[in-house]
Amino acid sequence: MSETTPTVDSDFSLRRGIQKVVDFMEPAIVGLIYLCGWSAIIFVMAIFFFVFKESLPAITGIEEIGGGVDAEVEKLDLVEFTTSPKWIPESAKKPTFGILALMLGTLSVTVLSMVIAVPLGLGAAVYVSEFAKGKSREILKVLIELLAAIPSVVWGFIGLVVMNPMIVDVTGEPVGLNILNAGIVLALMSVPIIVSVSEDALRAVPDSFREAGIALGANRWEMVYKVLFPAAKNGLLAAVLLGIGRGIGETMAVLMCTGHSVNMPTSIFDPVRTLTATIAAELGEAVRGDMHYHTLFLIGVVLFVFAFVINLTADLIVKGIKVQENE
Amino acid sequence: MEYQIEFRDVSVYYGKDIALQGINLQIPRNEIFGIIGPANAGKTTFLKAINRTLEFIHSAKTTGEVLFDGKDVRQIRNVYGLRRKVGVVFPLPVGLPMSIYENVAYAPRRSGIHNKQELEEIVVRCLKQAMLWDEVKDRLHMLGTKLSGGQQQRLTIARALSHSPDVLCLDEFSIAIDPVTTMKIEDVLTELKSEMTIILVTNLVQQARRLADQTAFFNKSELVEVGTTEKIFTSPENQLTYDYVTGDFG
Repeated sequence: MSETTPTVDSDFSLRRGIQKVVDFMEPAIVGLIYLCGWSAIIFVMAIFFFVFKESLPAITGIEEIGGGVDAEVEKLDLVEFTTSPKWIPESAKKPTFGILALMLGTLSVTVLSMVIAVPLGLGAAVYVSEFAKGKSREILKVLIELLAAIPSVVWGFIGLVVMNPMIVDVTGEPVGLNILNAGIVLALMSVPIIVSVSEDALRAVPDSFREAGIALGANRWEMVYKVLFPAAKNGLLAAVLLGIGRGIGETMAVLMCTGHSVNMPTSIFDPVRTLTATIAAELGEAVRGDMHYHTLFLIGVVLFVFAFVINLTADLIVKGIKVQENE
Repeated sequence: MEYQIEFRDVSVYYGKDIALQGINLQIPRNEIFGIIGPANAGKTTFLKAINRTLEFIHSAKTTGEVLFDGKDVRQIRNVYGLRRKVGVVFPLPVGLPMSIYENVAYAPRRSGIHNKQELEEIVVRCLKQAMLWDEVKDRLHMLGTKLSGGQQQRLTIARALSHSPDVLCLDEFSIAIDPVTTMKIEDVLTELKSEMTIILVTNLVQQARRLADQTAFFNKSELVEVGTTEKIFTSPENQLTYDYVTGDFG
C-alpha cells in the first residue's frame, strides 16, 4: 500500500495538469473550428469575386490598366451574349460572343444524363441497401465506390474510343460524338455519387419502419416506395442534386464526348459544345485582358448562377416539403 | 377444437444463438393470451414467428411447426395475406412517413377497399378504438411522424386494427402511453376480444393479470409455464413463475 499511494497521487496531479492544458486550449480549438467553418464561405466568396472581377470589363467597358488608370475597352453586347447561337470569338472580321448554343449544349447533355442516371442510381441504391445480402452487397459497394474514383479523362477516353464507334454502328450516324454519347458517359459518372448518397439515406431509415410496413402486409416493393422513399426523401433529393451538379460542372469528359462543335441541338445525335468545355479549351489561348478573355470569365459567372439556381430550387423544395408536413 | 395458433416444438436460432427452444403452445380463439417474462426471453421472437417476419432476419432459422388456423405458416403461399391477418404493435412507436389518415387507411386500401366513405369509417373507428381520435380529429392530414411518442404508439395500434386482423399482437404496447390512456385502451381490448384473438406481450405483470385469460411465462428462450391467468398468478407450479409474478425474480 505504501508504495502504491504516491503513484496514485502523481497520477492524480498529472491528470489535473492535463485538464488545465485542455481548459487552456479550449478557446483555441473553438477558434480553429470557427475558422474552418468560415473558410468555406470565404473561399466561395473569393472565387466568385475573382471570376466576377475578371468578367467585369466586358460588361462595363472599363478596364483598370494599372496605377489606378482606367482605359475604355470594347463592351460586350449582352443581348447578343445571351440570345445569339454564334460563338466566333477569334474571328478577324467580327468576333461574335453568343452562348445560347453553349447553354443549350450543357442543358441537353445534363438533362439526358439525369434521365438515365437518376432511375439507374436510385434503383441500384435500393438494391444495395434493401435486397442484396452479405458478400454480394459488400462487393457491390466497393465496386460502386471504385467507379466514383475513375478520373474524368478516362471516362472521356471511353466515350471517344468505345462509345463513339458503337454509336456509329448502331445508329448509322456519321460521327458518334454527340449528346447521346456525352449523356451516357456523364450518366455513368454520376451514378456512383447518386448511389452512395441515396444508399446512405435509405440505410438511415430505422428498421422499425421496414418491420411496420411489412407487418401491414405490404410487399417489399410497396414498402420501398410507400415507406422508405418518403422517409428518406431529403437524402434522395440531395443525391439527385449532387448528380446534376456533377453533370453541369463536368468538363473533361464532355469536352471529349460531345464533339465540341458549336451547334443548336435539334436531336440527341447532334454534336454540341458545353459552357465548361469552352472555358477549358479556350482560356489558355485567349489573350489576357482581351474581350475573349473577359467573356470566358463571364461564362464562369453564368455557371455560378446555374449552380446557385439549382441549390436554391432544392432548398425551396425541401422547405416546401417541410411546410406541408407541418400543416 | 381447432386453435387459432398452435406452436409444435418450435425452436428459433439466430445464427448460433438460440432464441426459442422447443415451444409447445396453443392459443384458442377470442381470448386474450398474455405473455410475460424478462428481457431476452424470446417473447418478441415468438410474435415474429407467427407472421413470418423472422424471414427478414437473415441469420434466423426456425424448426418445428407454427400453425395458424390449423395451417403450417410455412406452407402458406400468400405470406402477405397471412401478415394482413395478423396485426402487430411494436414496442417502439412507428408512425409511417405518411399522413395520419393514410397511416390507418393504408392496409384497408391494400385489401381492396377504395370507397371513400367506407375508408373514412374505418379510420374513425380505429382511431377511436386506439383512444387517439379526440387528439387528432382536426389534423388527420398531418404527417404521422410529427405526433408525440405516445400518440404515435396509439396510431400504431389504430393501424394494426385497421385491417380487422384475426390476431392482434401487442408487444409492450403501453410502454410510451400514460396510465390513464392505457386503462382506456385495456377496456377496448376486452371488448375487441369477441372479434379477434389478442396476444399481449407485456412487461407489466399486473397488466397480464388484469386482461389475460391465459398467461404464459417465458424465461431464457423457454416456455416455463402456461395456464389460466388465475392459476399462474395464485398457484403456479414452477418456482420461477412464482418468483416472477410476485416480484422476487432474480
